[in-house]
Amino acid sequence: MRTLFNYLIFPGFLFSACVGLIACWIDRKVTARIQWRVGPPWYQNFVDIVKLLGKETIVPAGAKITFLLSPVLGLLSTILVATILGVTVRLPLESFIGDLIVVLYLLIIPAISIIIGAFSSRNPLASIGASREMKLVLGYELPFILAITVIIIKSAGSIQIGSILNHQINFGSNLASFSGMLAFLVAIICMQAKLGFAPFDMSESEQEIMGGVFIEYSGLPLAIFKLTKAILLYTMPLLLIILFWAKNLTILASIGKYIAILVIIILIKNTNPRLRIDQAIRFFWGPVTSLAIIAIALALFGL
Amino acid sequence: MDLKLKALTKSLWVFHAACSPCNNCDIEILDLLTPRYDVERFGIALVGSVRHADVLLVTGVPNYKTKEILKTLYSQAPQPCLVVAVGNCACGRMMFKDSYNSPCAVDELVPVSAYIPGCPPKPEAMIAGVVKLIQKVRGKK
Repeated sequence: MRTLFNYLIFPGFLFSACVGLIACWIDRKVTARIQWRVGPPWYQNFVDIVKLLGKETIVPAGAKITFLLSPVLGLLSTILVATILGVTVRLPLESFIGDLIVVLYLLIIPAISIIIGAFSSRNPLASIGASREMKLVLGYELPFILAITVIIIKSAGSIQIGSILNHQINFGSNLASFSGMLAFLVAIICMQAKLGFAPFDMSESEQEIMGGVFIEYSGLPLAIFKLTKAILLYTMPLLLIILFWAKNLTILASIGKYIAILVIIILIKNTNPRLRIDQAIRFFWGPVTSLAIIAIALALFGL
Repeated sequence: MDLKLKALTKSLWVFHAACSPCNNCDIEILDLLTPRYDVERFGIALVGSVRHADVLLVTGVPNYKTKEILKTLYSQAPQPCLVVAVGNCACGRMMFKDSYNSPCAVDELVPVSAYIPGCPPKPEAMIAGVVKLIQKVRGKK
């Protein structure tokens, strides 16, 4: 019963969806202010979701059943990540051994669901978007996992989020060391790609391949994808805060840290043009992976 | 008034269907997204795919090629989908009425909900047209 409550209401679906949609509004508003516009009102994303629920759902001819199943798959796994992280922040001792690995796996599933959904829609532009997304996943997963390895080394080989939290509460944030700082930089760049924001939004580039992976989606499945993206926008910064910056996790401090990371994401998004997919892969496997390896070496020397 | 229509009028996603226009209307439409007019305040956004669209914004006189494409686009859009004809060409074909390359007007192909005349219409005129469209949609139910 309590698990169900956790999953559906408090740190899970309802809470994370509300926070995520408001974060999306902050994104749109800050973007608008950067471009010297006014921007939408705070309830805009909620209205968008309600509107999409009321629209007709079109299934293109010849699409497989995975076309409708994959958005649900992505949403369910994202909610699960939000629940695990939310429960861990409140009660660090209740986490289970190896939940860091579980979270890492669950965070890949939204990308996989987008790929499956796009390929099953039988649209050539969606296929282009899906193949880009696939390459991008291959690109950013390596440095992201290396950056998290730094955390595992620094917290004495623990793969339990609760004990990583406790380690930081006892010995100070991971961010306060050279290796932690480098790994945080790497993780922020990878997060940008995971969220699908510019400069890594080539899989759904609106101007070029017309929405790419989402081109055939309408109505309810599109709303679910939007919700998934919104919840990811809440989950990913929360994961980074827990792993890197968890010395002080009172409610006020957490909100401040979350908004700081959000603003960093939005600023990167608004000041960078879209990269080509080959440039992105070269960027991730070259400089970013090198930075992550340097961070691991520093962590092994105890810096 | 039910929630569905209210949400629809608060977040109109626009797909821009250019049926062989001369581009003046298109430039004026893009003006609506600039800081001076900023229709994103009202939740109006341009989308890339017609599957996401609530409003089909048609400019220009359809010719033999774009006629079929416009019909396909309208059938691909999820219902409820509104159609707005922007500019004199899309409203009534104007001087291209007797042209060899102009088989029919926009409203003979798809049901048009609002006409915004002008060559090209000013951005203010377009905003006024959208306001009238929203009032029409809300008044219907």
